[in-house]
Amino acid sequence: MSAAASADYEMVVGLEVHVQLKTRTKAFCGCSADFGAPPNTNVCPVCLALPGALPVLNQHAVELAVGAALALDCKVNATSVFARKNYFYPDLPKGYQISQYDRPLAEKGWLTIGELDDGTPVRVGITRVHMEEDAGKSVHDRYAGATAIDLNRAGVPLIEIVSEPDMRSAADAGAYLRLLKQILSYSGVSDVSMEAGSLRVDANVSARIRGTTELGTKTEVKNMNSFSAVERALDAEFARQVALLESGGTVTQQTMLWDGAKGETRPARSKEESHDYRYFPEPDLPPLVLDMEWVARVGRAIPELPDARRKRMIEDYEISAADAELLTASAGMSEYFEAVARASLDPKAALNWVMGEVSAAVNAAGVPIDEFPVRPADLAELLRMVREEVVSHTAAKRVFARMVETGKPAAQVAAEEGLQKVGDDAALVGWIDEVLLENPAEAARYRSGETKLQGVLVGLVMKKSKGRADPRKVNQLLPERARA
Amino acid sequence: MKSPPPRAPASAAKLLSRPLTECVASVREGAALPSDLVSAAFDRADDIGAGGESLNVFLATDRDRATGHAQELTALIGRAEAPGNLAGVPVAVKDNIATLNMPTTCGSRILEGYVSPFEATVVRRLRANGAVIIGKTNMDEFAMGSSTENSAYGPTRNPVDIRRVPGGSSGGSAAAVAGGIVRLALGSETGGSVRQPASFCGIVGVKPTYGRVSRYGLVAFGSSLDQVGVLARTVEDAAIGLEVIAGCDQFDSTSADVPVPRYELEKNAGLKGLVIGKPREYFPEGLNPRIAQECERALEAYRELGAKVREVSLPNTAYSIPVYYIVAPAEASSNLARFDGVRYGLRVPSERGLTGMYEATRARGFGPEVTRRILLGTYVLSAGYYDAYYKKAQSVRALIAQDFRDVFASGVDVLFTPTTPTPAFELGAVKDPYEMYLSDIFTASANLAGVPAMSIPIGGARGLPVGGQIIAPHFAESVMFRAAFGLERALAGELLPGEKSA
Repeated sequence: MSAAASADYEMVVGLEVHVQLKTRTKAFCGCSADFGAPPNTNVCPVCLALPGALPVLNQHAVELAVGAALALDCKVNATSVFARKNYFYPDLPKGYQISQYDRPLAEKGWLTIGELDDGTPVRVGITRVHMEEDAGKSVHDRYAGATAIDLNRAGVPLIEIVSEPDMRSAADAGAYLRLLKQILSYSGVSDVSMEAGSLRVDANVSARIRGTTELGTKTEVKNMNSFSAVERALDAEFARQVALLESGGTVTQQTMLWDGAKGETRPARSKEESHDYRYFPEPDLPPLVLDMEWVARVGRAIPELPDARRKRMIEDYEISAADAELLTASAGMSEYFEAVARASLDPKAALNWVMGEVSAAVNAAGVPIDEFPVRPADLAELLRMVREEVVSHTAAKRVFARMVETGKPAAQVAAEEGLQKVGDDAALVGWIDEVLLENPAEAARYRSGETKLQGVLVGLVMKKSKGRADPRKVNQLLPERARA
Repeated sequence: MKSPPPRAPASAAKLLSRPLTECVASVREGAALPSDLVSAAFDRADDIGAGGESLNVFLATDRDRATGHAQELTALIGRAEAPGNLAGVPVAVKDNIATLNMPTTCGSRILEGYVSPFEATVVRRLRANGAVIIGKTNMDEFAMGSSTENSAYGPTRNPVDIRRVPGGSSGGSAAAVAGGIVRLALGSETGGSVRQPASFCGIVGVKPTYGRVSRYGLVAFGSSLDQVGVLARTVEDAAIGLEVIAGCDQFDSTSADVPVPRYELEKNAGLKGLVIGKPREYFPEGLNPRIAQECERALEAYRELGAKVREVSLPNTAYSIPVYYIVAPAEASSNLARFDGVRYGLRVPSERGLTGMYEATRARGFGPEVTRRILLGTYVLSAGYYDAYYKKAQSVRALIAQDFRDVFASGVDVLFTPTTPTPAFELGAVKDPYEMYLSDIFTASANLAGVPAMSIPIGGARGLPVGGQIIAPHFAESVMFRAAFGLERALAGELLPGEKSA
């Protein structure tokens, strides 16, 4: 394929994102929805589909699903209907999945994923948000020649977020996914972890001649386990389709699997029969009728979303747009920053510390911010100690490192490690005299008027004091000790 | 070798032929022991050959366990802790209702040997009221049939005439009651499976309003139609039984939060002023003359007791069988998908991988009637035909339900109709599936509309029982029982032998 040919085509992408809701229990029974329990321990007659078992809808799942829909600016339907999606698969215990079909929970939302050079916002339409349950898991590598089934995941509540085919590049898709993840995380409806399987992405992609409006034949790409994999898979699939079209071929509507190791998409083993899910309304569950006042209350209870938070933080803390952008990348980090800023009354110092030391330590520890051992109040206390010159800036970094290790409060660490500033003249004089004695050549040059050596000597005193010396006082005392 | 269990005292055997209230009173007063009643039930089953080739009433019984339960009850009664309405009463349960420690096979090979690890809400309620479950009764496979000839474990015979079918699909439960083994049995209905065998066996069968009784633990056939029902000798026994199992259940989202009245209080309510609707569509030209005659006699009795009989019309009645045979198989095709050989029940290995295993298991596990309905249901739900069949059927179903609402809104309290178009037929006599489907022609509408309905014996035709059906508005079981009590009393003396003079 020539580069020119590729440039003649435009990528058209729509995404289907499955998100696991952060409920304690499953969608239709009281079993735990926790990830990672021993196989087949979080199961009961309902999620095992034993004969005679019936589903009962988890109200908390509805609340989270409604919250997600509203956070995506969707219109929530007063009445939605559960349906059965029928197909045979060993990890699908009932032989059907309870989902929503022609009357979903919510419709017609959007996300603004960026803006054009002229400031026009780039919007991706959200077709629908509907509730459904997860299937179990087939384990193919546990027993030779046999497949094991783990039904812990069967019945875990999901929402499916279906976008319009409004994205035009892999980068668009990446931006959409990152923003979607951010919003779902901020609104507290999901853990949105691709690693833990609580967020899964399928992509519908087609290619068309640039400038045309008709949609080309699409393929569905599955099996992508990170956002960057989604972007790479889209580029690879687009290239494959363009090459096919350029050589006079046609794209077949089929499911493609992304092979990250080979960097290519390949057709999934096609089932001979076409899918006919024989959807019909689930007779075991009455239609889901929502009180619209309750829906409004759920909407009001949604925590502040990233866009709003960015704008507010720029105003409240007088920080730059770029800093606000970085800080709000994660809900937890921005909340941490705000707590430190409010408690320390020093947003600028808070920003420096959170973006610097805290980010580095959190990344190094590999823990989520809400499990980080230094609580915002403790960091604020450390900042206060710096401002009030109880510890030097240098010593503060050592104090912080110990706080990360031990989780102890700043004042205690500073006291235990002897890191408080020392302003006591006797001690300072002692350190200065030692430095002058140990560095006779520099001391002599200094005495002879080479005043720029003041900084070097003060630095040596600070080092000798392990950062405890008050540098202002050292600067005052040094000239008279040198003359003494 | 184990010696045969001792026979129950004659008094206990006699007690089993008395009304439930008398059985329970005797137990509570200590005049009879629950274990004697249980022994009497098993003795009666042995005497009439219920377990063997002859009647084939039960798919499973557990005498030891039932006796154990009865003894636990005796201890409770001694401490006055078991005041339940069914204290010590032996009860039989249709085999599509989940019970602990006994098989639940639905009369199918695909569930052979399956023992449910949980218990249906209705069974829990029976036990909580002191009932002793003595066995699981035979049935048409997955409740699909009108004769109990479709059981994978052989047909049940009608105790009134063993050459004939007991009706279906709750034929085993109907035979257990009609044969005098138990005073009360649970059945289930999707299109008439309690009322039709009640009619064939000369007993009372009640299908409550959809939502009145929990379906949790009832193995689903047509979920939007299924209800657990009761089979009993008398209207009063049925009223007591229904009251025990009825009521809202948090484990069934379709169960209704509607208070449960005391149905047996309708016993002395009388019939003065009651308006009985006689729907003309249920009395067609070609109706079996003996059945027509018995129905007219019942209607005459109503008039004599002070009720008004008014001819009414339910214009969409003719569509009930076609609509039923779209909706029920559609739901069944989905409900029965879980029987796939993966987790429980039968698994037939195959060389052709997973799909081969599914196919082999289901081909061997399901009988011909079940297979027929799964195919039918799969077809009517499939993409190209959904609108033409399933969706259309649901629209017509709404019209059928509207017919009932209209007629009840016009001032009619209950409807009276024949329960079945014929008396019990001989085993093997009905071979054409469609002809068999017509057995439910007068009963299916009530399931489609979700209204309560019951069958009570109204006489006989050449020695075979004839049932009359009473249909009431949603959740108006009380008025249905009132009409049934009145008719039962009016016809007293002309019931089956052993039921004379209530």
